[in-house]
Amino acid sequence: MNQGGTKILPNLLVAAGVLVLAGLSALQSREIPPPVLQVAVGPGVAPWFVTVFLAVCGLGLLLAALRGGWAHDQDGTITEWGPLGLVGLGLFVNVALIETLGFILASTLMFPLVARGFGGRAPLRDLAIGFVLALSAFVLFDRVLGYKIGSGIVESLI
Amino acid sequence: MSTLDNLMMGFGIALTPMNLLWALCGVTVGTAIGVLPGLGPGLTIALLLPITYKVDPTAAFILFAGIYYGAMYGGSTTSILINTPGESASIVTSLEGHKMAKRGRAGAALATAAVGSFIAGQIGTLGIAFLAEPVVNLALKFGPAEYFALMVLCFVTVSAVLGSYALRGLTALAIGLFFGLIGVDLQTGQARFHFGVMELLDGISVLIVAVGLFAIGETLHLAATKREEEKALELDGPVGMTKEDWKRSWKPWLRGTAFGFPIGAMPAGGAEIPTFLSYYTEKKLTKHPEEFGKGAIEGVAGPEAANNASAAGVLVPLLTLGLPTSATAAIMLSAFTSYGINPGPQLLQTQGPLVWTLIASLLIGNLMLLVLNLPLIRIWVKLLKIPAPQMYAGILVFATIGTYGISRSVVDLVLLYVVGFLGFLMRRFDFPTAPVIIGLILGPMAEQEFRRAMTISNGDMMIFIDKPIALSLLVIAALAALGPKLWSMLTARRG
Repeated sequence: MNQGGTKILPNLLVAAGVLVLAGLSALQSREIPPPVLQVAVGPGVAPWFVTVFLAVCGLGLLLAALRGGWAHDQDGTITEWGPLGLVGLGLFVNVALIETLGFILASTLMFPLVARGFGGRAPLRDLAIGFVLALSAFVLFDRVLGYKIGSGIVESLI
Repeated sequence: MSTLDNLMMGFGIALTPMNLLWALCGVTVGTAIGVLPGLGPGLTIALLLPITYKVDPTAAFILFAGIYYGAMYGGSTTSILINTPGESASIVTSLEGHKMAKRGRAGAALATAAVGSFIAGQIGTLGIAFLAEPVVNLALKFGPAEYFALMVLCFVTVSAVLGSYALRGLTALAIGLFFGLIGVDLQTGQARFHFGVMELLDGISVLIVAVGLFAIGETLHLAATKREEEKALELDGPVGMTKEDWKRSWKPWLRGTAFGFPIGAMPAGGAEIPTFLSYYTEKKLTKHPEEFGKGAIEGVAGPEAANNASAAGVLVPLLTLGLPTSATAAIMLSAFTSYGINPGPQLLQTQGPLVWTLIASLLIGNLMLLVLNLPLIRIWVKLLKIPAPQMYAGILVFATIGTYGISRSVVDLVLLYVVGFLGFLMRRFDFPTAPVIIGLILGPMAEQEFRRAMTISNGDMMIFIDKPIALSLLVIAALAALGPKLWSMLTARRG
């Protein structure tokens, strides 16, 4: 169990997050018009149930947080901001470039960033590994398994 | 036809060269991903779901079943040689297994795990075969009200059985149900929870949620966690057991199976409970109590058998009732639906050959796994040497290809990252992630059954109380959800 005020805050934020989700759920549930045809249970029943369910869970978590929070991994405080940032950057690069460069190059560029986040020391070597891996994954999934990964700079060459 | 006739028919189809190849493929991939820490069968099957558009259902399910069983074997190798088990069910194996490896007895630990998994897997799979028809016959009497009650029980047991954890489990379930609502309502065609995004009208696929939670979320979590590098122990010396080891292992194997299969087969699935029960039973019964905590072979043999037997048990509700009680089972269930196959008690009648081939193929795959994991164990141990930076970067490449490769839509990739971030927060704050998957898959099914039941009763809720089976299932669910809380309140008042 956690003691002291500083550790309660992350828990409070989690509870608030669940309550926000309940709020979103309520907003979306309200948009569902009542059924035109006579049905026993319309399409709006389950959404409202889930909304209430989320709200109850959120309130329960709020109560638990106010009572001192619950035990969890390292109190929810992130110590390794650098590595997390690198992995996040890798993911961002991937999603930002995938449409213009294609899957292979975007994933190749993501690879050394993520590897660096996990303590990789040779970015150029990781770039090469990333390229080979993305290329073989493309061949396996697109050519053998029949996924449609689409085109890109390298994809159009093979 | 009798069960044996059916099983023979299954073998007839499973033993064709192509299907044997699919089985070999599945168990090999399964063992590999089981060995790699951070990868599991759920994630792998989710990534491979799109092959359902390409290959016939028999091949796909043979492959998925092989991955499912293979991952159990691979996981024990990891928990014996590194002290960081890939999945919660292997935690118990590492208690004694890792200690055995440290004493230079890794070979014996791996052997008792493999043989125990084999025996439990075979008994468990035969258990599926012989239980299938009786359970189906019972389930055919179920109407929508009973089904809905059974699903409620399933929701409660997968998310709320673990006392103080219950609130977080239920929150995870609620999030899964929320995801399940996204898309067009099948009964009325009403769009729900689309947030104005056109792509969301098709619903949110289990692939995106599973890969987001298990690959992206896990990777972010590990990146943000200070790591202490744990080196895999070397496997030197022969892999095998002495006469003494056999003598000490066979009873734990059978007892572990006896715990694992029934508990796995109940709609309260999960391998944690039977593995822990097996461990404590062996600790109590052993003639070598002094070895427990220092590497007792019984403590590996029993839990490993329990783990595999419960994995087999989980397939009973999946194949007979269409009820998934683990995240992996839920993902396999969505594979059935993507073939347009209706899972449920009618599965055995309409898709008999498929189900019996699947069961036969599990028996064959399990035998393949024994070979893969005893004589060939050294190949898998090499996988443990893949360094973390390249492995996690690689996981993200596969996560990308698995999602983007189906829709070529950046929206899906963004959605994947959103779910991944959610998974990261859940891991961080100790929320279980399996209920999200169960809620997503089972939620819409439960809604359909609820509406069917209410249509039958003309909107009268009493239908859930008037039907004895439905009522008792709901009462059990309520007890399972509130029981631990009430118990602690009662004892607290007394104390």
